[in-house]
Amino acid sequence: MKLVLSPEQRELREAVRGFLRGASPLPKVREGYDPQVYARLNGELGLSGLIIPEEYGGAGAGMAELAVALEETGAALLPGPFLATAFAAIATTLVPDKELLTGIAEGRVTATLDETEVLFDGTSARGTLPRVLSGMEADVLVAPARTGDGLVMVCVELAAPGVRRDPLDTLDLTRGQAKVVLDGAPGRALGPAPESGIADRLCVALAAEQLGVMRAALDAIVAYAKIRVAFGRYIGSYQGVKHKLADMHGKLEQAESIVRYAAWAADESPGELPGAAALAQAYVGRACFEVARDHLLLYGGVGYTWEHDAHLFYKRAKADEVLLGPPRIHRARLADLLEL
Amino acid sequence: MNLVEYRRAARAWLQDNAPSDDHPETGAVTRAKDFMARLHDAGYSGITWPRRWGGQGLTEAEERAFAAEARDYSLPTYVFSIGLGMTGPTILDRGTDAQRERFLRPLLRGEEIWCQLFSELGAGSDVAALQTRAVRDGDHWVVNGQKVWTSVAHHADWGLLLARTDVEVPKHKGLTMFVVDMHHPGVTVRPLKDMSGRANFNEVFFDDVTIPDEHRVGEVDDGWSVAVTTLLHERLSISSGVGMGGQKDNPAALEALRTMVDTSDPYVRDQLVELHIRSRALALFNQRLAQETEAGVFPGARGSAAKLLLAELTLFQADLATRLVGPEAVLADHPLSRLIATAPGMALGGGTNEIMRNIVGDRVLGLPPEPRVDKNVPFKDLKVGTQA
Repeated sequence: MKLVLSPEQRELREAVRGFLRGASPLPKVREGYDPQVYARLNGELGLSGLIIPEEYGGAGAGMAELAVALEETGAALLPGPFLATAFAAIATTLVPDKELLTGIAEGRVTATLDETEVLFDGTSARGTLPRVLSGMEADVLVAPARTGDGLVMVCVELAAPGVRRDPLDTLDLTRGQAKVVLDGAPGRALGPAPESGIADRLCVALAAEQLGVMRAALDAIVAYAKIRVAFGRYIGSYQGVKHKLADMHGKLEQAESIVRYAAWAADESPGELPGAAALAQAYVGRACFEVARDHLLLYGGVGYTWEHDAHLFYKRAKADEVLLGPPRIHRARLADLLEL
Repeated sequence: MNLVEYRRAARAWLQDNAPSDDHPETGAVTRAKDFMARLHDAGYSGITWPRRWGGQGLTEAEERAFAAEARDYSLPTYVFSIGLGMTGPTILDRGTDAQRERFLRPLLRGEEIWCQLFSELGAGSDVAALQTRAVRDGDHWVVNGQKVWTSVAHHADWGLLLARTDVEVPKHKGLTMFVVDMHHPGVTVRPLKDMSGRANFNEVFFDDVTIPDEHRVGEVDDGWSVAVTTLLHERLSISSGVGMGGQKDNPAALEALRTMVDTSDPYVRDQLVELHIRSRALALFNQRLAQETEAGVFPGARGSAAKLLLAELTLFQADLATRLVGPEAVLADHPLSRLIATAPGMALGGGTNEIMRNIVGDRVLGLPPEPRVDKNVPFKDLKVGTQA
């Protein structure tokens, strides 16, 4: 089991962190998705191809490296389809037809993955997908389809005729969703849907983003507690504030440990992955929201204002917590895995 | 011998030599001393300590390899834990060569047992507020006062004693560290029952106890910096052990608890899941700290976060288990009844949860310290202990 980053992984972290600091600073995230930033993220750092096998033009790295990258994009609240594309890449690496990966690795194609089953007749797809992550920004949708041959994965070009996309107003201002209606949209089968592995890896990838969100929220409020004065003292010197921050730090330490473990399990120990993935969402999803919530509260009234960034973290944390379903499903999964 | 061979040899030695019980009851101390002597003869006592003082002169790597092998055993080293983990390293770091020569080898061979005499009733979290006095009398010191929470004092031959030697200066500046002979007339050890009814620690009284000046550790009035050395070793030894074992025999751990409750009840199931989540979260954090240590990154004050989380888990676990099991959990012969009675100990011993949060806030997060009203006040003018 490997819970600490290698020197190469630390370098990757520094590279992504440094890039995002310059290209996507916090004041910019309210402007939404910037395709140029996305292009540079992939062009300069090759992030979209991180977990894509080398034969498809990727770096052939593992979930451990993807987790490092997602932690940083999460900390930056990076808008746009990076997480959605990572989800689609995870699914596509597990099906027979991997051609889509080439475009993703080159940074030409953004993609998203949805769990809603669509109808597929071999050439075209039908169905309504009520909430597709980054549905307006993604070029391609990957989704399961029920066919005569059983459950297969299909991909659909979202700009093609037969596709209607309606943007949804969402709580999270930094990353959108769309309602997607497929009405005879041209599609391509990628092969049978794998019985397991996709959902668990999504849990791990999302937990890595959540780790970044909570780390950035905690860093921000710790920095503020060192400069904000009340009653003649820095607020961070009051135990009422300090002790809460210490507890938040404990949650962060545990969350990081779980994310490293779950990413390691995804790469090296498939037998442990289901339990590790459910643990990651059950613990990190909750911890991320609690830390984001408490960071907002510790700012006092200013944290409740629209101009302040605190609510961006709070809202991303809540959106992430429920992204893969109500959190009780991860707990129920753990109960099953523990044979309770 | 490379590390793999070292570890294999350690495993073999433990298989042949590790006894099965670890209860410091009557006769057990003699057995523990015998075991320590064999441990030392075999080269596994004081693995990183210098050879000159009875150690093995090896590295942290060998020590960790041995510890990893020993984790599967319940070695009878409890009565030596204060000496090996805290007072011995303090003598090693801050003592004179004569003190190292006199004290370290007998400690490593299990011939002498040590205790640590810092805390008092009025000075626990704020240990520098202690009131036990040591007054110089020629080449001796005369000690009067009272210590508390002293583990293994009833077996101890020597104690590391922090006492006040100057009341005219602020509290941290008038302390001196000594080695006191626990068999000296005037030393009275009285067992102190904890809330579970067991006496795992003691009160220790000093009535005109004399200590030769050559048993002073560090400079006169510089005892606080020596104590900081000891406390650093204490934190390291607690946090390095945190969460490592203990769950195997814990009646409130998931594996034991699931056999005592109705797991078809959705509430029970979800609460057991919560216990699993919290236990795994902390276990993985501890494993990560251990891996960082192996990679040469020392956890320092982050160990205090692990200790805090362990205290909270211990309280949560015992509380949850008794609620799920119900009425029989509070009968004295039920294992959970003892567990719920000992659960608060982890949140108090080795630094309270509040102190741990201060440490994490100040040293890990770098938050500004609280204003100190006692910093420049001469000790004789300071309010200490419990005062109306």
